[in-house]
Amino acid sequence: MSDMTNREVLLSLRNVEISFDNGGKEKFKAVQDANFDIYKGETFALVGESGSGKTTIGRAIMRINPLSNGEITFEGNRISGKLSKQEDMNVIRNIQMIFQDPAASLNERATIEYIISEGLYNFHLYENEEDRIAKVDKALEEVGLLPEHKSRYPHEFSGGQRQRVGIARALIMEPKLIVADEPISALDVSIRAQVLNLMNKLKAEKSLTYLFIAHDLSVVRFIADRVAVIHLGRIVEIAETEELFAHPLHPYTISLLSAVPMPDPIIEKQREPIVYTETVAEKTGPDYEMREIRPGHYVYCTPEQGIEYYNTSMNQ
Amino acid sequence: MKNIVISAKDIEVQFRVRDNYLTAIRNVSLDLYEGETFAIVGESGSGKSVFTKTFTGMLESNGKITNGSVMYHGQDLTKLTKEKDWAGIRGVKIATIFQDPMTSLNPIRTIGSQITEVIEKHQKLSKADAKKQAIEIMERVGITNAAERFDNYPFQYSGGMRQRIVIAIALSCHPEILICDEPTTALDVTIQAQIIKLIKDLQKELGFTTIYITHDLGVVANVADRVGVMYGGQIIEYGTVEEIFYDPKHPYTWALLSALPQLGVKGEDLYYITGTPPSLYNKIKGDAFAPRNPHALKIDFEQEPPFFRVSDTHYAKTWLLDPRAPKLEKPEAIQNLHEKITRMTSKGGAFHVGHD
Repeated sequence: MSDMTNREVLLSLRNVEISFDNGGKEKFKAVQDANFDIYKGETFALVGESGSGKTTIGRAIMRINPLSNGEITFEGNRISGKLSKQEDMNVIRNIQMIFQDPAASLNERATIEYIISEGLYNFHLYENEEDRIAKVDKALEEVGLLPEHKSRYPHEFSGGQRQRVGIARALIMEPKLIVADEPISALDVSIRAQVLNLMNKLKAEKSLTYLFIAHDLSVVRFIADRVAVIHLGRIVEIAETEELFAHPLHPYTISLLSAVPMPDPIIEKQREPIVYTETVAEKTGPDYEMREIRPGHYVYCTPEQGIEYYNTSMNQ
Repeated sequence: MKNIVISAKDIEVQFRVRDNYLTAIRNVSLDLYEGETFAIVGESGSGKSVFTKTFTGMLESNGKITNGSVMYHGQDLTKLTKEKDWAGIRGVKIATIFQDPMTSLNPIRTIGSQITEVIEKHQKLSKADAKKQAIEIMERVGITNAAERFDNYPFQYSGGMRQRIVIAIALSCHPEILICDEPTTALDVTIQAQIIKLIKDLQKELGFTTIYITHDLGVVANVADRVGVMYGGQIIEYGTVEEIFYDPKHPYTWALLSALPQLGVKGEDLYYITGTPPSLYNKIKGDAFAPRNPHALKIDFEQEPPFFRVSDTHYAKTWLLDPRAPKLEKPEAIQNLHEKITRMTSKGGAFHVGHD
């Protein structure tokens, strides 16, 4: 990992709060005070369990969920809140999404050619028919599919191939950022490996940046450069991947790590899950904030806990 | 040797799909021993769920057992055709927990009524006694304030709690065999660890035999005494959990283990399997895995391999074990697996969580 200070920020979240009206007097805050930067060319993972707000953040970046507070900027320009049509189009082009379930996210009545071309049609990103087809063929090739797949329908493909179509559809827009929301969770083990390898290959070839949303730390360790752990709408820890795994500090992160099943019967049968039961209410207050405990390693805690975490990290 | 609880022999299952026949299970045999946990691992479409559905007569209506027997207490379960024949077996002696607890529970009835219904029906208890027993069993599966939560509806429970209720219902008749069909796949990782522990604790206490169906080898390492690996409608390798993880013999087992992200090295490609699983509409010739197997021999495409014996407990269906076959090492990623994982989980390793 290169020096952090020299890196260019691509996407930035500042004090982001996202709330939903649940019919009651109090709105439900799905995400509270989220702050992080995603640097150009990195894979930034957002890890948490269902209901933690990780997908909500992803959707807010895609401008699907409005913010109730805070700001999101992309290349220095605000992309949250009201935008002009031109700005909106710009965001859509530059930030693309890959979804969890490739069967549900592809139009089953459209051919692969149409599915992949749709973004090109909407933005008139092709000179003529020949150019459009050449672009589709290139996108297919990049994800390891063949030109003759163009005329087929999604149901004719396996799960891994469908996810490749989803990736090709995002790639053809030549985005700068791809938000990948649990892109391998619905796939079989052997297929997962293919998709992860493909994402890594494309990142290197096209200097892409990913926001990788996941619940599984074992996948995150393999694919991410930096990780943010989110629990019940609050980011509780951010660090570079190696640092986070070497020095997990927040008790929730430790609980998540202890729950990763290891493929070794002797070891796995001895491992005990560490249960984390504290609620946000118990873990929040005026003294709580994101504190830098080690270089580039932030934990949501009080000053006293910060010292405790620092001491722990020296013994890890 | 322990007693055999249930014994499947040469099971073949076919589904009629429009005018075609799909052979989902191709001559699978399995003996389950009393009190053990047998894990069946495989990818979607390998037949792991379909196979165990023959133990409870729960095949979809277009499916049929076309060969073989499932012997249970002297009775061949494949011969049961009427619903009432299954009454004393399915849900009573052989219970199943499914993947999604929301679809196993009735959304418009209270949790309590769904548990007492089963107890009243099978144990012929009074309403009051059934309620008492239901609350006891709710507490046993880890529901706090069970008496208060008795009248809640499923939507008022979290996913993990719902799965605890499904387990409570499954165990309320003290089954001899519990089939867990991907019981934690729909749950969060930390909840998954708790549910797995609950099932193991209950098994220790109540002594039932467990069949654990999963695609996750990490879970298998945790729960299983023995493991069967399924591919293309067959068990292709089985053995004790240690034999399958530390000394796997079938190239498909190698591939499944090697593809685990836990074993991935950052910056390098993760091991992956090319191609797709075989179509079960066609007759499979030779070893079903051969077209995807980089180590495939000529004979793999021609003739189905028999089970070769590795040890008294370990068998694998691959020509690589034939004395005439070339000697092959398993992939680098899974060599010295125990040493690797030990490093990862001890101090300084990526998956060390630090109690010391």
